[in-house]
Amino acid sequence: MTSIGTGYDLSVSTYSPDGRVFQVEYAQKAVDNSGTAIGLRVKDGVVLAVEKIKHSRLLVPNSNKRIMTAGKHIGVASAGWMSDTRHLVKRVRDEAHNYHSIYKADIPAKIIAERMGMYVQAYTLYSSVRPFGVSTLLACKDKDGPQLYMLEPSGEYVGYRGCAAGKGKQVAKTEIEKLNFEELTVREAVKEAARIIYTAHDEAKDKLFELELSWICAETNWLHSHVPQDVLDEAVQFAENSLDEDDEMDDEE
Amino acid sequence: MDPITLRLPHTVQQPQELASYGPTTRTTQPLVTGTSVVAFKYKDGIIMAADCLGSYGSLARFRNEKRLTQVGEKTLLGVSGDMSDYQFLQHKLEDIITHEYDMDDEQTLSTKSVYKYLTNIMYGRRNKFDPLWNAYVVGGIDNGEKVLGFVDMYGTTYSSDTISTGFGNHLAQPILRRRVEGRTDQITEEEAVEILDECMRVLLYRDCRTFNKLRRAKVTAQGVEISEPYSLETNWTFAEDIVGY
Repeated sequence: MTSIGTGYDLSVSTYSPDGRVFQVEYAQKAVDNSGTAIGLRVKDGVVLAVEKIKHSRLLVPNSNKRIMTAGKHIGVASAGWMSDTRHLVKRVRDEAHNYHSIYKADIPAKIIAERMGMYVQAYTLYSSVRPFGVSTLLACKDKDGPQLYMLEPSGEYVGYRGCAAGKGKQVAKTEIEKLNFEELTVREAVKEAARIIYTAHDEAKDKLFELELSWICAETNWLHSHVPQDVLDEAVQFAENSLDEDDEMDDEE
Repeated sequence: MDPITLRLPHTVQQPQELASYGPTTRTTQPLVTGTSVVAFKYKDGIIMAADCLGSYGSLARFRNEKRLTQVGEKTLLGVSGDMSDYQFLQHKLEDIITHEYDMDDEQTLSTKSVYKYLTNIMYGRRNKFDPLWNAYVVGGIDNGEKVLGFVDMYGTTYSSDTISTGFGNHLAQPILRRRVEGRTDQITEEEAVEILDECMRVLLYRDCRTFNKLRRAKVTAQGVEISEPYSLETNWTFAEDIVGY
């Protein structure tokens, strides 16, 4: 960032001379400091996975969830500030509820992504507010099947087959690009998601972490829910095994 | 402190001011209505029945109404009275169910909670002099305990082993007193169905706002089960002996 300290980064309502809004870019930095979050949309479902970095051994296992449900058929995973995330999740719930109370139908993925996009974008316009320090992954099911969107601090939202945010996003993206989305089933995607999170995890930086996995598929009756413990255990086993295999291959070389 | 507001004659009046002289905004009569619900406790849980009719006055207007519904995972709700008020309430129930699901804490709304919520809504609305024109029967199993409760448009609530609404209070309740009360734990499902059919048959003969297509539902430890519509065997040969009308 060449123009740091030139005075154009004090307010979100000021452009720099080369057409950037630094506050939004800083918000992106906040996202990049967070544990990795990924989403995979396959033919028969969506999977969300998060590398939940634990700052203390004293934390109760499975507490402080980073993947949340917003209106039964929507799952929200995020990378960035958890406090901002909770606010956005509340907004997703309110929008889903509002849509349902008007149309008596579940809000489609496209609509919830757009409404959330508009909301987040509004926080890039005024000097009195700060943009959200989160990239939000929205997993959803509507009449067109399973859907996955990612929403940036700028308010930009894009639909994906697979996406990643947070610390390990480069590694994760490289791994996601290798997947065959035409063939992958949701059961396999859960394992792959676990493997990718474990691959993207940097042991040198953060020792303690917990894998969080959720899905929307026929097995959950197309509702968003965390994967059952046995599926999670299996996925973790798969991830650890494939990491060991990689290490062995490295040793041989 | 209240903000100081300027009231000019041409400004739009606030709703509470309109209420004193404007049009009536509350329900003064129900329109499409459902008739009796009959329910009681038996050995395995709760059993309930209601027909599928939505009457428009005396006209048998809607003949495929679903008046027994599942709320959450383990509660059964039966309704009589205004069907649109019922649909409104269903939206509210869906809202709290969704809210509960979003909490993601492996807890679901218990029957007692649903019942309490319903009674609060009904009593609250009657205190606004704008009641929901219904009588509800809530049934379920809560921590192994059978729960069967009633709440009506006045906010009256009570729990009992046998519950009925509307005409059922006059025609079915005496049968339930005789056959169910004091022996709920001995009644098998087979007998419960037979008792329920007897009640519904009497109602069918005597209540002019019912017809012969009804559903039965039960809540057991296994969960809620609502039957497909079925009909009762009737015998109208006695009709020719009726004189005096």
